[in-house]
Amino acid sequence: MQRISLGGIDYAILIIYFVFVLGIGWALRRVIRSSEDFFLSGRSIPAWIAGLAFISANLGAQEVIGMAASGAKYGIMTSHFYWVGAMPAMVFVGLFMMPFYYGSRARSVPEYLKLRFDEKTRALNAITFAVMTIFSSGISMYALAKLFELVLGWSFHGSIVLSAVIVLIYIFLGGLTSAIYNEVLQFFLIVLGFLPLVLLGLKDVGGWSGLTAKLATVATNAGFAPGAWTHSWKYMDSPSHNPMGMEWFGLVMGLGFALSFGYWCTDFLVVQRAMAAGSMTAARRTPLIAAVPKMLMPALVILPGMLAIGLHASRGGFLPIGADGQPNYNLAIPMMLGHYLPSGLLGLGLTALMASFMSGMAGNVTAFNSVWTYDIYQTHIRPGQTDGHYLRVGHAATVFGILASVLAAYSATRFNNILDMLQLVFSFVNGPLFATFLLGMFWRRTTSHGAFYGLLTGTITAALHYGLTLPRGAVPGIKGGFLGAVLHVYPSEMALNFWTALFAWTGCFVATLVISLCTKRTKTDDELRGLVHSLTPRQRDGDMPWYKRPVTLAVAILVVSTLLNVIFW
Amino acid sequence: MRLDVRWPIGGMFTMFGAILTVYGLVSNRAMYEKSLGINVNLWWGLVLLAFGLLMLGFAYRAYRESKPKVTDSTSTP
Repeated sequence: MQRISLGGIDYAILIIYFVFVLGIGWALRRVIRSSEDFFLSGRSIPAWIAGLAFISANLGAQEVIGMAASGAKYGIMTSHFYWVGAMPAMVFVGLFMMPFYYGSRARSVPEYLKLRFDEKTRALNAITFAVMTIFSSGISMYALAKLFELVLGWSFHGSIVLSAVIVLIYIFLGGLTSAIYNEVLQFFLIVLGFLPLVLLGLKDVGGWSGLTAKLATVATNAGFAPGAWTHSWKYMDSPSHNPMGMEWFGLVMGLGFALSFGYWCTDFLVVQRAMAAGSMTAARRTPLIAAVPKMLMPALVILPGMLAIGLHASRGGFLPIGADGQPNYNLAIPMMLGHYLPSGLLGLGLTALMASFMSGMAGNVTAFNSVWTYDIYQTHIRPGQTDGHYLRVGHAATVFGILASVLAAYSATRFNNILDMLQLVFSFVNGPLFATFLLGMFWRRTTSHGAFYGLLTGTITAALHYGLTLPRGAVPGIKGGFLGAVLHVYPSEMALNFWTALFAWTGCFVATLVISLCTKRTKTDDELRGLVHSLTPRQRDGDMPWYKRPVTLAVAILVVSTLLNVIFW
Repeated sequence: MRLDVRWPIGGMFTMFGAILTVYGLVSNRAMYEKSLGINVNLWWGLVLLAFGLLMLGFAYRAYRESKPKVTDSTSTP
């Protein structure tokens, strides 16, 4: 594989980016006076900034590299992760859940669980979340360093130290505000850095029609109908008709409902950005504003993968072949960068890649330090200290979080399976979470015991389902079926994951419902004011002009994303 | 007072735009064979420059509006 070589101007662009990122942290250092400034930006961020940070924190390494790889592997069907797997959930969290997250003045998602239920439910969520953020940030760092080692020939250790130190400095100095500001800068950089690549690639293959023709070859070679790579729904009638191995019901329920709502509505990494917004209206508009670029993101991250595989098929050898004889899909974006961009723009493209890694990592670190400080340290280790004490703990947690991520990145080089396993365990714990929030926010009869044991039941349901089923062609083990008996074989790994999430959700929902009906309420109506739908005054948007109301934006988003589904049917 | 995020965004993209535009003007044409014969550094440099200046413009306007009017307080006797 030929390495990409950088010129002086490319390094200059990368260095200028580093200077601005660090400069933002430096300029904001005086703004941090209290722990709320550090962890929640003093709840003063305008909606558009919070919205772009919301989407940017999600636009990390795995997203950019992974979605391009899926674009090459599955074609336009990957857009289901956006138009089905994000839009409805983002609209739901903005319109219906934000009033309780923001209105309760909770400082984190686990803290909402404490206010609504009890300490044990919070502890379960806080501890698993904190550990998971460290691992995600570590895995992200590992992926960046591996990629740069492979493509640019940079030292693995050098990339890890460089990215860790820069993220550490800017969060340490400016806290969440600095992370959010940088996420907005990184968002624009990712868009403007990858856009020329997409435009050049499209021009080269002869536009959408040229790409369709090339992808028809890819599809027929793989044994599918010619349009399998360029239609998102047409071949969803049976798993054997599309490269994803999915049928529409499993996709809509598993991805569109269970997985998607579980992530967008309960993951503190993104919800934290909305909690930092300056007002209730701004908080509700944050996920809605974020949904607009999210809806268009497939053009930026999926399309390069589709272009890469199209060129790979028609010209041969565009993507390097991996050890398994398959093209290395993860290299779609870097290979496209090296192929089309001359020195100059190449630097901008690589800087955009670097920015995506940093925004994902910073998102994890800021979410970690809040949960650690508020939900673990202040609750279980040393309660009742001064605010200045917790601010210092937050600073220390930032350093600790980064060091732990570096450790996780290095352990990924040696114990890859252990990390995969940990991620699997966390997916069992998080799968059912949305059922807990749904019942907690919209049914006042939900009890603390119901929530806690419902969550555990959901987790066990997920583990059982995963342990008793297997994707086609896999050996029992980490891919499923580890409980000995295999009761059902799914057509693909993705199908297994989607159904696991759906089982987890259902298990948790039913158990929480039943246990709540059998146990006594521990919180009175008065204590639940502002936390549960029926006990909270309705949001009044009537005094705003119609075009400023969150609901208008929400309807527009749903209409446009439906249209996109129809266009690429 | 808090920093307006449009300053650093505008500043960074103005610098990127200026560098790429100048580089596009002075660099060897043969370099652009990769990019289908288009001088992408020049053209995309101009796009970035325009975006950067627009952001700086927004930041400047917001800064002007937030400044208290000095003349009002001095004109009252």
